Amino acid sequence: MASTKVVNIPKGGFSFENCQRNNFMAKQGFPAPKAVKTGTTIAGFIFKDGVILGADTRATEGNIVADKNCFKLHYMAPNIYCAGAGTAADLEMTTLQMSSQLELHRLNTGRQVKVATATRLLKQMLFRYQGHIGAALVLGGIDSSGPHVCCIYPHGSTDSLPFVAMGSGSLAAMAFLESGWKPDMELAEAKVLMRNAICGGIFNDLMSGSHVDLCIITREKAEMIRPFEVANVKGERQGSYRYPLGCTATLSTRVIPIEIESTVVRPVAEESMDTA
Amino acid sequence: MKGKGCVAIASDRRFGVQTSTLAMDFQRIFEMGPHLYVGLPGLATDTLTVHERLRFRLNLYELRESRKIKPQTFSAMVSNLLYERRFGPYFVEPVIAGLDPVTWEPFISAMDLIGCPNVPEDFVVAGTCAEQLFGMCEALWEPNLEPDSLFETISQALMNAFDRDAISGWGGIVHVM
Repeated sequence: MASTKVVNIPKGGFSFENCQRNNFMAKQGFPAPKAVKTGTTIAGFIFKDGVILGADTRATEGNIVADKNCFKLHYMAPNIYCAGAGTAADLEMTTLQMSSQLELHRLNTGRQVKVATATRLLKQMLFRYQGHIGAALVLGGIDSSGPHVCCIYPHGSTDSLPFVAMGSGSLAAMAFLESGWKPDMELAEAKVLMRNAICGGIFNDLMSGSHVDLCIITREKAEMIRPFEVANVKGERQGSYRYPLGCTATLSTRVIPIEIESTVVRPVAEESMDTA
Repeated sequence: MKGKGCVAIASDRRFGVQTSTLAMDFQRIFEMGPHLYVGLPGLATDTLTVHERLRFRLNLYELRESRKIKPQTFSAMVSNLLYERRFGPYFVEPVIAGLDPVTWEPFISAMDLIGCPNVPEDFVVAGTCAEQLFGMCEALWEPNLEPDSLFETISQALMNAFDRDAISGWGGIVHVM
């Protein structure tokens, strides 16, 4: 806080107040904690009735798995979903921000959002930050001009293609897609191909793992299947490691009873609509 | 850690500069409401700063909304605060534990230093001995632990983990809700 008399209401947007201090500390040799990255295998392609997106579910922090079941398929609009690879916080915040921008756009124009709009908004934002926002995205959706899949790189370049894969496991996923993709695939075939592509990433890339999530977007609806396949089942625990009660030595215990204000249950009768 | 109708959050008490210990009663877990606790391991100055900033935002929220904040909303608030400083972050990795003020559902979440939320069903860990804690919690945690068993589990996980880390320790404090 700069002054105790002026109240510092936080403004939106990025704040760079700690940069100088952090640079100084880095020079002194302070080991900063690592951000969570989603090593990831993500892929998307067009099939007969629409678009299918797939992702694995592992989030890593250095070499440790920070989250065994994280969610990489982000909602952007009712007809557009986005799979993300890169720095997890950047992905989360960028997709949330874009999703609200798209909703405002939809309300403003009164029309379904086009995939090209989402792509344009994202690439302009990522280019503005010159790649420092580590978000690599596979955007997929269906609009009035048909199904589209687009990959967006952290520096702001985009590629609109029939099938794409991004992330550290993209080479493995792309191998499956290159050999298996053909135009106008049926839904069942498409699901199997996507599952194979993501599992290729899960089993061959150390930074991808756990399960396969799918998102199928067609003209009628968008369906999220989580998990589509539990590729890595957790091992069975053989014994119980419960400690007997009272074995932990404590210096002091404080039990604080919390007063709960009275709860009132009031059934609300349905009022009929007044059409006077 | 999550239990059956309860949550527990624990931390060690050491405060030091690399190898020198300066205090053995440093508070890292702060009470943000009767059923909401946040733990802020990491750089001590940022622990205090983030706590103060959070308290300010939380007070504004509770004044505006005239109700207690939900743990999920609080988690989003912390994530937002940390992501604002994406290019010059605070060196803390918050851990949030609480019960929903209406449904009493247990909730835990953890974040990395730039605010990426991780909301699992079992446990979250953070700090210099996070790797040891991961191992201990994976081994000891089971679903549907009663509050007393949850206390034993979380304490033993914490103590055995920080016994294997030279710069953590000097006792622990556990809050069970």
